[in-house]
Amino acid sequence: MGSKRQFRIWRGDETGGDLKDYTVEVNEGEVVLDVIHRLQATEAPDLACRWNCKAGKCGSCSMEINGKPRLGCMTRMSTFEESETVTVTPLRTFPVIRDLVTDVSFNYEKARETPAFAPPADVAPGDYRMEQVDVERSQEFRKCIECFLCQNVCHVIRDHDENKPAFSGPRYFIRAAELDMHPLDARTDRREYAQSDMGLGFCNITKCCTEVCPEHIKITDNGIIPMKERVVDRRYDPLVWLGNKIFRRGQVPQTSATSGHSSGAVTSGGTHGGAHAHGGGPHVGGVHSHAGGSHDSAAERQAQQGVNWHREVPHPTAPAVDASGKLPLTELTFNKAAAPSPFGDDVTFPLPPEHLNFAHPQQDEPKH
Amino acid sequence: MTTTSARTPRPQPRGGRARAAIAAKTLRTDRWWFAPLITVVGLSAWVIYATVRVFMHKWYWVEQYHYLTPFYSPCVTDRCVEGSSHFGQFLPGWWIIPDAALTLPFLLLFRLTCYYYRKAYYRSFWLSPPACAVPDGHQSYSGETRFPLLGQNLHRYFFYAAAIISLINTWDAILAFHSPEGFGFGLGNIILLVNVVMLWAYTISCHSCRHIIGGRLKHFSKHPMRYKAWTGVSWLNVRHMQLAWITLGTLALTDFYVMAVAAGWINDLRFIN
Ligand code: SF4
Ligand code: SF4
Ligand code: FES
Ligand code: FES
Repeated sequence: MGSKRQFRIWRGDETGGDLKDYTVEVNEGEVVLDVIHRLQATEAPDLACRWNCKAGKCGSCSMEINGKPRLGCMTRMSTFEESETVTVTPLRTFPVIRDLVTDVSFNYEKARETPAFAPPADVAPGDYRMEQVDVERSQEFRKCIECFLCQNVCHVIRDHDENKPAFSGPRYFIRAAELDMHPLDARTDRREYAQSDMGLGFCNITKCCTEVCPEHIKITDNGIIPMKERVVDRRYDPLVWLGNKIFRRGQVPQTSATSGHSSGAVTSGGTHGGAHAHGGGPHVGGVHSHAGGSHDSAAERQAQQGVNWHREVPHPTAPAVDASGKLPLTELTFNKAAAPSPFGDDVTFPLPPEHLNFAHPQQDEPKH
Repeated sequence: MTTTSARTPRPQPRGGRARAAIAAKTLRTDRWWFAPLITVVGLSAWVIYATVRVFMHKWYWVEQYHYLTPFYSPCVTDRCVEGSSHFGQFLPGWWIIPDAALTLPFLLLFRLTCYYYRKAYYRSFWLSPPACAVPDGHQSYSGETRFPLLGQNLHRYFFYAAAIISLINTWDAILAFHSPEGFGFGLGNIILLVNVVMLWAYTISCHSCRHIIGGRLKHFSKHPMRYKAWTGVSWLNVRHMQLAWITLGTLALTDFYVMAVAAGWINDLRFIN
């Protein structure tokens, strides 16, 4: 059944490299990643490639196949002619480590810059209720497997490396959209932030991100364009601006949960009494420490009272090692049924909430 | 101006390290140049046709059946034929002034700032990028962050204008059920109607419309009617590209038909009167 096929694979590292020719056997039903694995097993044992699930779900095997950003494990060999030479190269937009493996830390840095979900001020975790229609739009973006193919194909950084500091990229635009559309997210400056700090304006909606997304997320139509329209609402719409001036309010309908402080963030505070609205709200003795994003420092402080910021963090036990100082390799010689926990065997999950002292990086900064 | 509460410090992405040294600008083997090419051909052809027609200043009105081409509606210069001007004739009839000077600029700006056409011409005319994973044809790039492209954000206002103009076009199509005997109905009416329906579909499928109708809401559950409307607009919105091209076709066809009948090249096929 198998047939010999021609491959060209980029081999090299940051000091340089080249396309190398290979002839590999290809069997029915195989994908490009299978062929890479066969090469590793035969001709090229040192060919570097990142992969994990082989099911299009982990986002590790991103590469460029015949010049198109694709998942290696989702590109069937049957989509190529028998006589066709298949060219496989690493992602172009990120620095190469070796062969098909690139350093995608750009994306993780951008992920960290993107403000996280901001819990609503007066709803305790566990009491969150949402209607399906309200979260549906956000859920589309949760399908993202972080393969970064969209980040890789986007010409804003692919062809203009100098834009990298100012541009977060489509994957983070849909993250911003996901949270801006989220029915419980308390932040109201996401669209502003997307425009001024994430570089939404760099995108010229040429839709390449949508074209390559293996999860078929409508990145442009459902994420970026709605975000651009939301920016227009706030920045470029004189009618909205006038309305805000006259009625002194934000134009976006808010939940009762968020309206208290959200308008405070839109207009410049002090124009209404919203900031106090939930100062005496139903906070139950510090059970929840909604340590994120809220702009209301009074409520913030109150919420933090139940948290002991100076508690001793118990040091987990070190994993059990044998006489040579190494982990016991076999279960037979090991005194437990399975491998030791990297967190220490005395730590159980979920961690009790009173032992959490996560602090949102922005919670102590002054309002405005 | 709104202040964002706090800015996350921006560490420079780890830069300076080399990308893979791949000599070929693109390794794509498919005909990626075909889509931009056909876009250039299609859009250029349409723009040339429309420009010629707009400055022709004749054959836009069929007196007998009250057919008015969308390119001249409403006719507002003092050379306009009586009947084609719903809103008076307040502009001088200089050659350089289009007879529909009130509407055409807005329609042009509407399509120019349309999210779909933006994609089409950024890719095909401006090569930024010509196709996915094919390098941008420019040294530097700032996207829509500054003037003049920042102006693309005004699309919403042109959408409002276009909605009003669609009303005028609808009115034209209704008035065209006319013959010297009173009521009349011919092939021209069908063409005008199809054109108007398609124009509405295109206008309503606009991304700005989708946003205004319901996309801007945070809680669909509190606005069931708007959610329904949004669902409908979203259905059309998926077809926005097709509608963009279809309306270019129907506009040119309608105009050509009216021109042909007005010039006497063909006779309108009449069903009633
Ligand atoms: S649509 Fe925007 S974000 Fe997506 S690839 Fe194009 S420029 Fe980049
Ligand atoms: S949005 Fe799509 S292409 Fe981008 S990282 Fe997520 S799954 Fe990959
Ligand atoms: S190996 Fe997980 S997505 Fe391909
Ligand atoms: S008309 Fe195309 S997006 Fe508005």
